[in-house]
Amino acid sequence: MREQSCFHCGLSIEQNEEIDFDDKKFCCTGCKTVYEIFSSNNLTSYYDFEKSPGATPQDIKGKYDFLENEAILSKILEFQEGNTSIVSLNIPHIHCSSCIWILENLNRLQPGISISQVNFPEKRVRITFNSEVVSLKEIAYLLSSIGYEPYISLENYGTEKAKIDRSLTYKLGVAFFCFGNIMLLSFPEYFEMKEFWLDSYKPFFRLLIFLLALPSFLYSASGYYISAYHSIRTRMLNIDIPIALGIIVMFIRSTYDMVMDHGPGFFDSLASLVFFMLLGKMFQIKTYSFLSFERDFKSYFPIAVTKINKDASEENVAIYDVLKGDRLLIRNQELIPVDGILISESAEIDYSFVTGEAVPITKKSGDKVFAGGKQIGKVIEMEVLHSVSQSYLTQLWSNEIFQKKVDQKHKTITDAISRYFTPILLLIAFAGFGYWIFIDANTAFNVFTAVLIVACPCALALTAPFTFGNILRILGKKKFYLKNAIVIEQLAKVNTIVFDKTGTITTNKKSNIIYEGNFISDVDILVIKNVLRGSNHPLSRMLYDFLPEGKRAAIENFQEITGKGLLASVDGKEIKIGSGQFVDDIVPDGSEIEKTALHIKIGEVYLGKYTFQNQYREGLEKLFADLSKDYQIKVLSGDNDGERSNLEAILPKGTELIFNQKPEQKLEYIKKLQEKGQNVMMVGDGLNDAGALAQSNVGISISENVNVFSPACDAILDAAEFSRLNYFLKLSHKAIFIIKMSFGLSLLYNVIGLAFAVTGNLLPLVAAIIMPLSTITIVSFVTFMSNYFSSRNLE
Amino acid sequence: MSVIYLLISVSIFVAICFFIAFIAAVKSGQYDDDYTPSVRILFDDETKINSQNNNLPIEEKQV
Repeated sequence: MREQSCFHCGLSIEQNEEIDFDDKKFCCTGCKTVYEIFSSNNLTSYYDFEKSPGATPQDIKGKYDFLENEAILSKILEFQEGNTSIVSLNIPHIHCSSCIWILENLNRLQPGISISQVNFPEKRVRITFNSEVVSLKEIAYLLSSIGYEPYISLENYGTEKAKIDRSLTYKLGVAFFCFGNIMLLSFPEYFEMKEFWLDSYKPFFRLLIFLLALPSFLYSASGYYISAYHSIRTRMLNIDIPIALGIIVMFIRSTYDMVMDHGPGFFDSLASLVFFMLLGKMFQIKTYSFLSFERDFKSYFPIAVTKINKDASEENVAIYDVLKGDRLLIRNQELIPVDGILISESAEIDYSFVTGEAVPITKKSGDKVFAGGKQIGKVIEMEVLHSVSQSYLTQLWSNEIFQKKVDQKHKTITDAISRYFTPILLLIAFAGFGYWIFIDANTAFNVFTAVLIVACPCALALTAPFTFGNILRILGKKKFYLKNAIVIEQLAKVNTIVFDKTGTITTNKKSNIIYEGNFISDVDILVIKNVLRGSNHPLSRMLYDFLPEGKRAAIENFQEITGKGLLASVDGKEIKIGSGQFVDDIVPDGSEIEKTALHIKIGEVYLGKYTFQNQYREGLEKLFADLSKDYQIKVLSGDNDGERSNLEAILPKGTELIFNQKPEQKLEYIKKLQEKGQNVMMVGDGLNDAGALAQSNVGISISENVNVFSPACDAILDAAEFSRLNYFLKLSHKAIFIIKMSFGLSLLYNVIGLAFAVTGNLLPLVAAIIMPLSTITIVSFVTFMSNYFSSRNLE
Repeated sequence: MSVIYLLISVSIFVAICFFIAFIAAVKSGQYDDDYTPSVRILFDDETKINSQNNNLPIEEKQV
């Protein structure tokens, strides 16, 4: 059998379904159409950069009609004046250089677009267009027609453009500028040349050094003063107190030395200290701009929805304007934004965003439908019961856990050390001062300041940023994306792990299919496969892929009855595939209701059923066995306990299983564990876990496609790497171990420096050597160690 | 003798010029996206070749 892949999208082409066009093979007409658009516009270079870069365009008729609404439009546009409009659109499909090329050449496809610029890391395209020639709606449809469907959600609605904070870059630039120039001007001092020629310029050099130190001292280091001030006010001694103290003392002492002509002062050390510490801060920040850790329901909900007025006319209204009693029209693949009652005869609703369950649920007229579900199939009508903010799912976000902005949920390891460090440092400084004051007042002053200068915990403060920064990058390469460095510390403290069931420990991609019933012949299987071919229902597709490949046969009278099943005839025999009731009037008993199954009837004979079971992720059993050695494991599920026996077989003995949990109950459960003193890690996937993820000490969201979907959390884990969770936890422990070791190392430097300081021998040159040296040792030590541990097998 | 004042002043002045250029570059958002430009720069040549190819038949007609 030949394996062929589509020239446009790269998916394998199903036998006999290929489309030949222009000597190229395509998997469907959608892909072919995109190729036609590109080739007729001389844009086929699209296929030169990357092999099969495209995506199959989806049918989205009517989806962006709300972009005609002026009020909504003005909320989305970034800039609008006269004819010129600028819009910034998020396009999840952006993934290669071909994507950048085609999106930056949009002006060749559509007149009216003047500039389009791609920001690849953020997966955004910024389009400047003439609103008299082309409308945003047309641009959205154009993008969709070439496979780059923009993602416009409620999140885009009316939020002020967040300003990018570049102050750290400025501070670092200033610090580097001052540091470099001061070093250059300090050279004559280092070599202590007693030449008359240089000596006569000393005051000039020193004045310049002083002036250059000012921006570094006043601007670049300002963050440390503010942080130290806050920490004193909250009575929590953090590492920034000794740093700020050291810097300030260094500045005062140096100025004094310079004015009194005692020596050149420590301005060079001050500038290098500030520069290195800001560098560490910069290194610790590793952002994954294409990911979002702050997503709430707003990222998934549409901006507008189609309302049916009393006079049967249709109108696009913003989601927030939807009121109780309104009638809404929901199209194929659209999200239901509010709770309501179904008016149409039946609907297939996919709640995978909410629960992680991939199989759609069938609803009948009069049933309640909840916000967050996605309609699959026909257009449906519904009547609104609650407005957006009062709906079942969105109410979760009114919980206080989402209201308070928790900057620091706990003390960091560096702060824990500095609780002891700061008092001891002050004690030594005063002891030295007290000893020398009886001998020589001048030396006493020198010793006091020298202790504070040399003990300034620069290396100590750099340890954690460099270790965590490096681990953060290593984990990112292994597809475990953390929100920030603090998460690593929290990971190391976890002692209880709570898993969500559906979508987290089960995969929604594959399903385990088991046949139960009478003997089924190969011929019958072939007939079933052929009937399933015509159906787009997810269950049909799954069973279709599961059944063996075979010849095609002619099917007559094919009918798909939504919510019930398929009806067709082959060679005069009637075939029914679908729910038990539909196929053979089987009234499901208690145990049947919990299982998803397709029943089969050929002719007048009921054959049996295909049962779909949850497929657990690969390596789950081993992962749980490993984790249970060090952690308490619990499984929370929103489903009923139909899977209890299966789960108990896989999971280690004593694992707590809790079923029928509502989103709020999950949150409460985590809260109770925390009140018992547990450090809880929650692993979840759907919007219904959002509360529990926010409440837990570390919330990890599992995602099949990290670009598109994940609720607000502390870390996002690519679903394919799920089985390595134990490794990630082990690595976080190693990170803490590395930090403790390098704390020891930096304290050693402090002791050496203090020996100089207490005896009154700290020369500016010694300080200028010790500080960078300790920094470089620490940075190379932690980088080496973290790379070493991450490459080792930690199992 | 006073030439050293001049030299140092000039060197500091040049350094400040570069520093201002750096600040201006950060402010303009040059460092916000450090990946796309590296890809984009490879495209320009390619489009030029394209337009040349398009022009070729026209030139032939003129001849």
